[in-house]
Amino acid sequence: MSNPNNLKYTASHEWVRSEADGTISIGITQHAQELLGDMVFVETPAVGRKLKAKEECAVVESVKAAADVYAPVSGEVVAVNSELDSAPEKINDDPYAAWMFKMKPDNAADVAALMDAAAYQAVVDSEAH
Amino acid sequence: MLKRTPLNEAHRAMGAKMVDFGGWDMPVNYGSQIDEHHQVRNDCGMFDVSHMRVVDIKGKGVRDFLRYLLANNVDKLTVPGKALYSCMLLENGGVIDDLIVYFMEEQWFRIVVNAGTADKDIAWMRQQAAEHAKAHPECYAKSEGGAESESCAESEALAPEEAVRRIPNAYLFGDMSQEEAAALIFEKQDEESAEKPPLEIADHPELSIIAIQGPKAKEKLWAAMPGSQQLTEKLAPFSAVVVGTMFIARTGYTGEDGFEVVLPSIAAPYFWNSLADKGVEPCGLGARDTLRLEAGMNLYGQDMDESVNPLESGLAWTVDLKSERDFIGKAALLANPPSRKLVGLVLQDRGVLRGHQKVHTAHGEGEITSGSFSPTLNQSIALARVPQEVQIGDEVQVAIRDKMLTAKVVKYPFARDGKGLI
Repeated sequence: MSNPNNLKYTASHEWVRSEADGTISIGITQHAQELLGDMVFVETPAVGRKLKAKEECAVVESVKAAADVYAPVSGEVVAVNSELDSAPEKINDDPYAAWMFKMKPDNAADVAALMDAAAYQAVVDSEAH
Repeated sequence: MLKRTPLNEAHRAMGAKMVDFGGWDMPVNYGSQIDEHHQVRNDCGMFDVSHMRVVDIKGKGVRDFLRYLLANNVDKLTVPGKALYSCMLLENGGVIDDLIVYFMEEQWFRIVVNAGTADKDIAWMRQQAAEHAKAHPECYAKSEGGAESESCAESEALAPEEAVRRIPNAYLFGDMSQEEAAALIFEKQDEESAEKPPLEIADHPELSIIAIQGPKAKEKLWAAMPGSQQLTEKLAPFSAVVVGTMFIARTGYTGEDGFEVVLPSIAAPYFWNSLADKGVEPCGLGARDTLRLEAGMNLYGQDMDESVNPLESGLAWTVDLKSERDFIGKAALLANPPSRKLVGLVLQDRGVLRGHQKVHTAHGEGEITSGSFSPTLNQSIALARVPQEVQIGDEVQVAIRDKMLTAKVVKYPFARDGKGLI
């Protein structure tokens, strides 16, 4: 599975999708779910929480390990995907459909400045060596 | 440079995700660790555990030596092939390693030790053997003329167990007729005549180990190796039999029925692929870890090591303190009654218990030694070392990141033989 071109990415392996209503959806990438393996637990941030860029705000746990998820930009949490509470394996099945939480970014320009798919792929490739 | 087992290429060909496992390039899974876990509980799976080391100890005096070296008592082993789980202890009672010792014949015991500790274990065994021989030369005294002529007489007719040991693999896999096999087995062999040191401690990195585990392990093994059925169908749990160049033990690390097969590395890929052809799914070390945790089996380096003794590691059942015999570590165990013990935990809240998380109890602090998600119970479980006063049924708090979550103290194993037990 390749990284969709319409998304933005972070070096800490989150993907970011800009929604029509000005919010952004955040999940973890194919590469991240592959590294972690079978997901068994997801902890999402509280709605209304204000986050700074790169702040730890969520956790994904696989059978193997726990990993922090970071806010890609500064902003406020406006929704969480509670479906993942009972079905965390959706992240393995389709990581780019399984969004974890939505934010209202403080500055839309911060989102535009994130990595595109090609730049993110370069990060993944460099980690493999 | 990571060490590789003879099955490394086979793993990669089957799509394994490989990881550095204590210096070995090993498969952690072949897709989904949870699917592999269920496969073993419900059907049958196979594991490459060739990183583990086989050590053969031979010679007159071997039983006396092991009686002193190991915390469990090898005098429980009276029938050839019978296995015993034991810890090997330091003088202070700390655990050097846990192992399985097999009684092969009166002057030959086979021990299978952990990969990460193998070199340390063998050095310790050799050092202790030298000291034991010095302190107890009577155990190693050579027998006189009478016994020698007896062993010469034996070489005339092939003993049945020796005949079985010579069965060629080609016959087992159905590629050789019984007549051809018999001709090879009964061919006159040169007898070894060289004098040997009192105790020979030889490790066998040239041997591979494949574990076939699950309720269907028996039928799948026999499907892959029809010639082995007659020799293994009456094999009791925790016993082994030598079949040709293979050593087949009804043991495992999953809480399911099954076998651990020791065989020459050169034959390992063929055997592995034969099992795969019969529908045995390859399983990685990830599933092996959740299976053993559910089965309540300790993992060396996590649940115990040199800094703790077996009595505070849930292994009192493997330490023989009743018999008169002295063994390394016995005095320390008797002098220091344990203040801590190993218990099972089941997390009541959502989350995952992990090793090294702090456990807060009414009687003081403890620590998780192994924790994970249990695919069979569909909740998180752990082994934890806690104060002796903690009781089954108690509620304890586990610090996970910035939260305190509630866990219940339970009697383990958590799951065995395809079923959850909690």
